[in-house]
Amino acid sequence: MEELISSIIRGFPQGCVYALVAMGFVLTYKTAGVFNLAFGAQAFISAAVYYDLHVRDGWAILPAVVVAVVVVAPLLGLVLDRMLFRHMRTASQIAKLVTSIGLLVALPEIAKLLLDLDENTYGTVGIVPNGRVTYHFSDYVVNRNDLATIGTVLAATILLTVLFKFSAIGLQMRATVESPRMTELAGVNAERVGATAWMLSSLFAGLAGVLLAPLFPFLSANSYFELVVAAVAAAVLARLSSLPVAALGGLFLSIGDHALRNYLPEGSIIRQNLGPSLPFVLLFAVLVLLPALQRRREVTDPLSSVDPPPPGLASDDRGRALTIGTYVFGALVGSAFFYWIFFEANRFWLGRYTQAAIYAVLFLSIVVITGMAGQISLCQPTFAMIGALTTAQLVTRYDMSVLLAMVIGAAVTAAVGGLLSVPALRLGGIFLALATLAFALFVERVMLKFEWFGGGARSMEVPRPTIGPWDFADNRAFFVLCVVVLALTGFAVILLRNGTTGRYLDALRGSETAAAAMGVNPARARITAFAVSAALAGLAGGLLAMESGRIGEQAAQGIFNTFLGLVWIVLVVTLGARTVEGAIQGAFGFVIFPELVLKRWLEIAPTWHYVFFGLVAITFAKHPEGILEHNKRQSLNFIQRQIDRFRRSAPPSATPTVGEVLGEPVAARTGGDG
Amino acid sequence: MSLLEARGVTKKFAGITALDNVDLDVAERELVGLIGPNGAGKTTFFNCLLGILKPDAGAVTFDGRDLTRVPTHRRARLGIGRTFQRIELFTGMTPREHFIVADRCRSGRGSLLRDLLLMGRPSTDETARSESMLDLLGLTSVADRKVESLSLGLGRLVEIGRALMTEPRLLLLDEPSSGLDRHETGALADTLLEVHRARGTAILLVEHDVEFVRGFVERVFVLDFGTLIASGPTYEVFADVAVRKAYLGDLV
Repeated sequence: MEELISSIIRGFPQGCVYALVAMGFVLTYKTAGVFNLAFGAQAFISAAVYYDLHVRDGWAILPAVVVAVVVVAPLLGLVLDRMLFRHMRTASQIAKLVTSIGLLVALPEIAKLLLDLDENTYGTVGIVPNGRVTYHFSDYVVNRNDLATIGTVLAATILLTVLFKFSAIGLQMRATVESPRMTELAGVNAERVGATAWMLSSLFAGLAGVLLAPLFPFLSANSYFELVVAAVAAAVLARLSSLPVAALGGLFLSIGDHALRNYLPEGSIIRQNLGPSLPFVLLFAVLVLLPALQRRREVTDPLSSVDPPPPGLASDDRGRALTIGTYVFGALVGSAFFYWIFFEANRFWLGRYTQAAIYAVLFLSIVVITGMAGQISLCQPTFAMIGALTTAQLVTRYDMSVLLAMVIGAAVTAAVGGLLSVPALRLGGIFLALATLAFALFVERVMLKFEWFGGGARSMEVPRPTIGPWDFADNRAFFVLCVVVLALTGFAVILLRNGTTGRYLDALRGSETAAAAMGVNPARARITAFAVSAALAGLAGGLLAMESGRIGEQAAQGIFNTFLGLVWIVLVVTLGARTVEGAIQGAFGFVIFPELVLKRWLEIAPTWHYVFFGLVAITFAKHPEGILEHNKRQSLNFIQRQIDRFRRSAPPSATPTVGEVLGEPVAARTGGDG
Repeated sequence: MSLLEARGVTKKFAGITALDNVDLDVAERELVGLIGPNGAGKTTFFNCLLGILKPDAGAVTFDGRDLTRVPTHRRARLGIGRTFQRIELFTGMTPREHFIVADRCRSGRGSLLRDLLLMGRPSTDETARSESMLDLLGLTSVADRKVESLSLGLGRLVEIGRALMTEPRLLLLDEPSSGLDRHETGALADTLLEVHRARGTAILLVEHDVEFVRGFVERVFVLDFGTLIASGPTYEVFADVAVRKAYLGDLV
């Protein structure tokens, strides 16, 4: 009993932190309808502004807080609403999620570049004077920052609950999330309500940002991001709708954490590392076990059908001549490029392009899981890490041939991916994304520390393979090997996409109910997609380990960082997640673009590429096939039309306009029986 | 022996009894109608038959086999096909692709390995079968258009074709005529009868169009507020007073 009371008191301040973030998260979901993973990024911006004004420029606390929280944060919310989310009110949850991931990647980098925040941002302070002064209550210690957080949480819970229960604007916000059009028909200005909602939730994010700053030794967007992921467990417990329950969930999370720590064996790796990652484990458990989530269907606007159907993907109809033409063109450019890298490029660029080829294999895994299966997985780096470390372990422990080890590594990763997908299967869209994120953070925090997995402090040597007369220790030969692997896996992905697997996945994306009623086994198709995707990532992981020659805990944490997984998703999805070219373009974007375009040509910091790609992600809602893919198809269509015009005999454009065929579009009318 | 047999199917949604102890059976090669006013529970019943919803009580057997623990996709493979009232098509795919993927479901040929061995492309058989289905439903001219650009009427035909491609022994049709004009409805009825004669497909039809039902089915079940209020040969049921009150508003 005494232990429990002790856990409650010790866990309380931290619990209030979770509560604050969870409430902010629920607030954004309720008022803006967006599952806002960028909440942490918004919080970071206010914290950064506050830090810049108060700590660096020496402003007094009050004006600095006012500017950071009351001016900058709502302004940011307004800008986000005007530029982005206003146009996405009826977009799918996945589109909104990708957009928020893009913001999550871009916003902190913008703030860092604008405010000139390098890594050295130590000395964060809270918003109460002398925040680190502590008070003692018998055995327990509370400092003034904690008290400020506790006070804010209490005040915010009461105020927001009152807002939603008793005020018109609270009701209007919820109505706008359900159906902006219906709200408009009821005489409410949905645009203004939406903007208000964003300003309010952004204000809350800003408040959380400055309040929580003293928790971290220095200002880091990553800390905020992880805090958000941890707090999401509480938000999910509250089923994303009840603010008081979210607050209680936050408290429960932290108290449970403290209570659990008392039971774990002292000094074990689990005890050392499970603590900080417990929220992720809980998040995974909550997502998988809470039955309400599994049955939850995406709410769609009952009036969404008055909008014209979304613009069809730029169609891919081209004549035979043009198809062959593009293939020949592609082959020519490809071989010229290959020739240049192989014979002309110096050591540096050869290495970079080798990496690009490997990353292309890695991004093929995103093509499979996101492009084909339509699921967002945020644990692709984890899969690659498992592949890399398995390869290294097999080579160092059992002296296995490195190629065989790599293949076994891919197989192990496939098994892990398949197993992971089983509990996560019934979760749709955003919840699956969250479950994979929780898994990724768990592996990075806990599993990696085990020597049998991460290899301990010393890194393991991974040799390059030799096949018969060829020794791939030579960089050129290794480059060729990587390109061959890329070609083989790319071809395999194309075969899968055009084969039954791809068709079943297409059908499931189109309508899961109808696909099942036709005889497609949704679980089997998804498990297959996950396993294939994981295998590709694992294979790429093995290649990356060979490429660098050694891998260990430290290196794995750097190369396969969970945050990078977000960047990868954004990159591939933005450029074209449906095609093999999309993966290759993504690899260029990730490896070559920052080096070549930003550093050499534009001579700006390579971190700009986070800004660049993060912001391009917002085009996803409009062009789900990817912006480059879209433009490619558009221009090919243009060329095709010119060819047709030139010939004059061929029929005009092969794409009919909607309604040209017969009356209304499919989506425009639906019956009303139950 | 009946092909499909539902006994005491009950489904409650948060206190509302959507289906109360419904019994229904369809014999092999039979044409059966299920009618009832809006909200009577017809679509809910379909969803229970296919396992999309789990009934709270009661059992469904198909071909003598208890379906309680059989998941939706297996029921489909046993030979139950269905269409949807709010049509559910695979966006981004053409009618031809719909039919080919449905044909794959029937034949069950499709594995990762097969795909990788270049066997994923439509075989001549599959092409021929989908071609003849397109022809039967008059969809040949729009075979290669994305379904999003088709009208509601054509979309319904694609759904029916997709269901037929799996060669079901029992076809569940959920208001196939809604969104079609008189002429299209007549053509649809003819097509369905043709399929019925050629393949012996039993059909369970949920429909609002009284004329369509009267001319199409041999036996009718009438649902009202989740309870079965009448069943029997079509002409008898339509003469029944209670049915006319509940469903036809005593106008006919």
